[in-house]
Amino acid sequence: MSDVFLTLLLTLDATLRVSAPLVLAAMAGLFAERSGVVDIGLEGKMLASAFAAASVAAVVGSPWAGLGVAIIVSCGFAMLHGFATITHRGDQIVSGVAINILVGGLTIILGLAWFHQGGLTPALNNESRFLSITLPYAQQLAFIPVLGPIYKELISGHNILVYLAFGVVPMVWWVVFRTRFGLRLRAVGENPKAVDTAGLSVIKLRYKALLVGGVLCGIAGAYISTAHNAQFTRDMTAGQGYIALAALIFGKWRPLTVMLACLLFGFLDALAVRLQGVVIPGIGEIPVQFIEAAPYLLTVILLAGFIGRAIPPKASGKAYLKER
Amino acid sequence: MNRDTRITWINRLLLPLLNILTAFAATAVVFWLIDVNPIEAAQVLIYGAFGYKEGIGYTIYYTTNFIFTGLAVAVAFHAGLFNIGGEGQAYVGGLGAGLVILFLDPTLGAWVFIPASIIGALLFGGLWALIPAYLQAYRGSHIVITTIMFNFLAASLMVYLMVHVLREVGQMTPQSELFPTNAWMPFVHDVAAGFGYSIEASPLNLSVLLALLCAILVWFFLWQTRWGYAIRATGKNGTAAVYGGIKPKRIIIVAMCISGALAGLVSVNELVGYQHRLIMDFHLGYGFGGIAVALMGRNHPVGIIVAALLFGTLYQGGAELAFEMSGISRDIVVVMQGLVILFCGALEYMYRPWLIRSLAPVNKQEVLVGAAA
Repeated sequence: MSDVFLTLLLTLDATLRVSAPLVLAAMAGLFAERSGVVDIGLEGKMLASAFAAASVAAVVGSPWAGLGVAIIVSCGFAMLHGFATITHRGDQIVSGVAINILVGGLTIILGLAWFHQGGLTPALNNESRFLSITLPYAQQLAFIPVLGPIYKELISGHNILVYLAFGVVPMVWWVVFRTRFGLRLRAVGENPKAVDTAGLSVIKLRYKALLVGGVLCGIAGAYISTAHNAQFTRDMTAGQGYIALAALIFGKWRPLTVMLACLLFGFLDALAVRLQGVVIPGIGEIPVQFIEAAPYLLTVILLAGFIGRAIPPKASGKAYLKER
Repeated sequence: MNRDTRITWINRLLLPLLNILTAFAATAVVFWLIDVNPIEAAQVLIYGAFGYKEGIGYTIYYTTNFIFTGLAVAVAFHAGLFNIGGEGQAYVGGLGAGLVILFLDPTLGAWVFIPASIIGALLFGGLWALIPAYLQAYRGSHIVITTIMFNFLAASLMVYLMVHVLREVGQMTPQSELFPTNAWMPFVHDVAAGFGYSIEASPLNLSVLLALLCAILVWFFLWQTRWGYAIRATGKNGTAAVYGGIKPKRIIIVAMCISGALAGLVSVNELVGYQHRLIMDFHLGYGFGGIAVALMGRNHPVGIIVAALLFGTLYQGGAELAFEMSGISRDIVVVMQGLVILFCGALEYMYRPWLIRSLAPVNKQEVLVGAAA
């Protein structure tokens, strides 16, 4: 097997692992924005649930308990966002920023008070983490040229949450484009007045959308601290919530294209790690920072309409006031 | 008092006060959650910020940063824009100040260096806001998303420059060489010593005067000039402003450039005033803190100075708190910033319906008389 092929496989393998939380968070953002609520707070919800998952898993010793509490915490913040922006019609951006900043401080303060490890949570042992799963026959089939290594290295050997993240995408597509809830969701993001006139509650629909987003962000957070890593560290989401937001725009608010955008951004991230210090003949060393900056730069260029147009749901960002 | 005056009082005084009190109460709940007595914590905090002379210097030093970013956010807010990119603008502003100082002839006097570094910070900070402003005005991209992206772009750019280009020769830490002493913004304790007063040494430098000057200039600009009027008109009602002959695209550009330039001045206080070299991450938290300061200060320079002083106090007092009490850190300030943004910003009108119902109920008699007339 050639080295180049194996390197490519390993980079793609890393891409899947890096993209998983992006996909989950971007799907959460998709529900929120499709319903007309801009969700800058993805980052904060992921960070809060990463902290919750790592704390509970460390104390209880079960990653599933951690995941459960992470989802509850994330949904709590989603409901706070809803309370501020749907019920009280507060500014959606301000509310999201508030959640991000609040969580950034709160996770450290609570971590310090509970675990006395400088804001970290205790390192998790293998029993309290989501470990990688070897799919059936991965070893036995590895001898098959091309397909064998692809199965063994790329498809097998991830933890359950990675499979869940990518399994969620077709489900999101089906819910958003093939169910009654999805139709109403899209309608409420485009023209809430029409939905209201049809006798449906705009407020309820938007709360439901945020709740679904809360669940997905909770899984994303738990993935970061209890599957991808083995403890909570300060600001460990490191802007992934914002990258997910960028992927959401880049994928034009459609589940499958959003997933592809997440994979692209994940690939750039994996590539940046692999190219660290590598000298490419004729070009020299590529500064990692340029590759790291690419997702943000690409999103800016797309938003500016230089490559296609990204048009958000029409009513997103606006609170709905029922006429009396 | 008739109903209208009561409503004005509710909006202007009661509501903001109640919101701030709620944020304080929520902070107290956080203290209680981590088993720290809030009153005891407040005492330590205030002692750390004002109890000894060196502490006061630090408090005002931090306040200076918050005045700059608070003003930056407020100017954009008045134009109806949310500049969430203060972090990046402050960081790149530092690049401007640093480059100017490092490339000027080191034998030049302070009279050249200090104004030049201020102009460098203003220009680079403003430029970093100009691109998102242009994209919003002429290409229709959303300012919030682009400024967020520009925060990350700034971070990547600065890491690259600090590691590969500006790093001091022979040093492992990514920081530039020391600025020539002529380029240092004078410390307040040195200036005071020159006048024969003895003050404890602290990072407090003359940038604080620059911050106060900026507050006055922002007030004058927003409320006393034609451009300021145009900015406020656009922010209050964009459509009406257009009918009034105001060009919203220009307003976006002007407001954002001023906003970015003000954020860039953080670097004058941090780098030119104290660190005396270009370092990484000197700006962290001040850009976002500015949002809390502007919301709490109701976007008015006087309010911003007061709110900045509060956060400066918390910042310095928080360091004392972390030193005195185990199991707590300065991050409590970040928690409080978040709560202030939540209750003074996102949940600004939470109490309004209740306050109006209980303090200024609709008088049926008046309504009937009004309808008859």
